[in-house]
Amino acid sequence: MPYYESVFIARPDISGAQVEALTETLKSIISENGGSVGKTEYWGLRNLSYRIKKNRKGHYSLLNLDAPPAAVRELERNLSINEDVLRYVTIRVDVLEEEPSIMMRSKGQREERGRREDRFDRGRREERGGESEDRPDRGRREERSAEPQAQGDD
Amino acid sequence: MRGRRPFFRRHKSCPFSAPGAPKIDFKDVKLLLRFVSERGKIVPRRITAVSSKKQRELARAIKRARVLALLPFVVD
Repeated sequence: MPYYESVFIARPDISGAQVEALTETLKSIISENGGSVGKTEYWGLRNLSYRIKKNRKGHYSLLNLDAPPAAVRELERNLSINEDVLRYVTIRVDVLEEEPSIMMRSKGQREERGRREDRFDRGRREERGGESEDRPDRGRREERSAEPQAQGDD
Repeated sequence: MRGRRPFFRRHKSCPFSAPGAPKIDFKDVKLLLRFVSERGKIVPRRITAVSSKKQRELARAIKRARVLALLPFVVD
């Protein structure tokens, strides 16, 4: 049977326990239709990037499915009927992640960044069209840097 | 270092093709955010040096994340 990842966003004014209960009913829908649920994750109440049905926040949940298409259709039908569900997306994947997804990991340890993130800031800066102090292809920097005022690039 | 000759550019390699590179996943918001401009647009690969195969994958992941409100469609 194919693998799917299903994420749904529930309304912010229901409780976490209600989200859990909803997840359980969805799991039973899948198993009634001959599928099985791998792991489920509750990502918590997250801020939405834009408003969905006038809501700024939502409870995010993930279900990993190993289910026939009919079961997924039934799952999505139920999600579409449920008023507490703001949005759902089901995506077919080649392999199901066994360990907690990046969402759970990043919640546990907020800061593990570093490395070389500055590389892509360049794109954003060019996009902004503003100060272009970091052009890679101008040979003038080293000649300039003899003088102390090298920073004042126009 | 850069700036030795005019128009010298160090060869950039794809950030997803190296060994130990991160996997592109629509759930990895922090990763996707690095390939999105301040306006929320997908940064072209001539700037980020992502290979064309990975850029397609990345674009798909960003679009999926947008549908789930993990990323904005527009920032204004």
